[in-house]
Formats: sequence, structure tokens, C-alpha cells
Amino acid sequence: MSEGRRLPPVTQLGMLSLALIAAGVIYLSAHLPEHVSLAPAIVLLAASALVLSGNVLALWRTEGFAWGRFIEVARWALLGYSIISGLIEYVFLRNHTSGGPLVVLTLSLVVFALNVPVLIAFTVARYDDAEAAAQTPLE
Amino acid sequence: MCVRRNGPDHWYFLRAHARFAVMAQAVVSPEGAAAASAGPTEAFELQIVPRAGLPIVAVVVVLLIVAIAVNDKWPLMFLHVVAGATWTIVDLFLGFVIGPILGKLSIPARVELTSRLMPKMVLIMPTAVAVTLAAGWQLASKLGDNLTTYPHHAWVVASFIVVGSMAVIALGLLEPANIAVLTELKKPRPKPEVIERLMKRFIYTAGATGLMQVATLVIMTRLATA
Repeated sequence: MSEGRRLPPVTQLGMLSLALIAAGVIYLSAHLPEHVSLAPAIVLLAASALVLSGNVLALWRTEGFAWGRFIEVARWALLGYSIISGLIEYVFLRNHTSGGPLVVLTLSLVVFALNVPVLIAFTVARYDDAEAAAQTPLE
Repeated sequence: MCVRRNGPDHWYFLRAHARFAVMAQAVVSPEGAAAASAGPTEAFELQIVPRAGLPIVAVVVVLLIVAIAVNDKWPLMFLHVVAGATWTIVDLFLGFVIGPILGKLSIPARVELTSRLMPKMVLIMPTAVAVTLAAGWQLASKLGDNLTTYPHHAWVVASFIVVGSMAVIALGLLEPANIAVLTELKKPRPKPEVIERLMKRFIYTAGATGLMQVATLVIMTRLATA
């Protein structure tokens, strides 16, 4: 079982990244549609993207990880969470959000839509053996 | 029936037992007998994402898009309240009713309940959350509740914070555990310790978000009566 392997703290870092994104979106949402300084939201977004990148990089360097299963799960999760992100983006567009706030919110949704599939796929793949995953696709 | 309680084949055996129980039901109950005579025995086949539920999700998403486009108060309120209530009730029910019951069930019953309940959660929870948030934001924009000049704006921001916290817990712990349990159950030889660990994680996080839902109820009733 792959649990015996040393794995990077993907779940913890993923949740940190999500929390940073949530903080940025809450900050913007609390001020929109009035004028709002973007600096705090940009810092939070950059920090979140950095943690996500570090998380994926750390996972990438893990030997024997069930990447087949990870990708199999991640692509479906990405589809699902892209739809959810698209719906939220649609609401912001419908309410005439534009300029800097729209860019920051859109990028935040992109990081969100990438982060959740990583968390889901990691949780599934960590309990998988790389070879067994290749032999037994889920569907 | 003898149920072996230890060993690596434990869950494999139990899953087979659960499938047998479904087939046996077809034989011992009148409805089951009728169903059995109508065609081949239907052994329960676990689907991580229940395909039958996808059209319902699609309809809900279309309704949400139309409601936001039309920007009328009633459909937005309807979708926000229905989806929000679903989210709240499911969290509270899983965390405080199903969770304790699940721990006291026999292992075959636990397997069967888990393998029938969790696929539905894969569709219900993300849909309920997305509809609640999208319809809620549109409604707040229409009513002006999200403006800083709104007298109870602090309560609105408090609701954002509670929802944000719940989202981080749900998306970081609960949803991954849900999918991972189903993936494990679908394997030819599921590992009992993995399922136990993930189910505990699922139930505890559902309980935690259930507690936060109480805060949401306080905030929303406060806003509704303001």
C-alpha cells in the first residue's frame, strides 16, 4: 500500500491555498461593487498560486506515486469544478464586475478550479498502487 | 450467515455479502420477487458518479443560469433557499444523525449504506453549494445587501466568512474523502482500514461543517428578519 511512502503534505497545503483564495474572494466580495484596493487580494492570490505550485511540484517529485489514478480522477474533478467556477464567474459578469477586480476574481477561480481536483485526486491516488491503478480503471 | 471479521479479504467478502443481500432481497420480498421475475437479477453496481443523476444536475444548473439571467427576485430566492436548506440539512443530518448511526451498524450494513449514500453525495453537495452561492450573490446584488451602505453589511460579510470556512473544509477534506471511499469500494480488493479512516474523516468533517451551518442559520434568520 502506498500509505507507507513518505508523501508531501498535499492536503494541508491545498487547504492553505484554498483558504488564501477564500480570504481574497471574501475581501473583494465584501467591498464590491464599490471601489476596492486590489493589493490585499493580489497578495492573497499570489500566495495561493505559489502554495499550489509548490504542492504540485512536491508531489511531482514523489517516487512511485499513482499518477495514472491521479490524472484519471483529476480530469473529471477539473471538469466539474470548472463548471462551478464558470457559474460563479457568470454571476460576477452578470453584475457588471470589470477591470482589476474581474481579473483577480477570475484568476482566483482558476486557482480554485485547479486546487480542488489536486486535493481530490491526491486523496484517491495516495491509497493506490501505481501498477494496480493502471490495471483497474474506475469506469 | 457467517461474517468473517478479520483478515485482508474482509471488505471484499463484505461487499460480496452486500451484493448478495440485494439479490437475496429480490427473492424474499414480494416486490423483489416481482422484480426478479421481470428480468435478470440486478446486483448493485457501484457508480462513483451516478449517471442517472446527471440530467437532474444539468436541469438545476440550467434553472440557475436562467434565474440569474432573468434576475427576478422569486426564482433567485427560491434557488438560494432550497439549495441552502439542502446544504444545511445534509451537513447536519450526516454529521449528527447518520454519523453516529453508521458507527453502530454491522459492517455489512455499513458497507451497503456507504456504497449507496456516498455516490449521491458526489452530485448533491457540489450542486447545492454552487447553486446556493451563485443564486445568493445574485440575490444580494439585486437587493443591495452586498453594498457597504447596507445597514446589516457586517452580517453579510460574516456569512461570507462562515461559508468560506465551510468551503475550505468541505473541498479540502470532505469531498476528497467521499470520492476516495467510493474509489476504494470499487476496487477488486478494498482495504478496510482505508475505508474506515476515510469514512471517519467524512463524518467528522460533515459534523464540523454542520456546526458551522448553525452559524449560517443564525446569520440568515437575522438578515431575513432585519
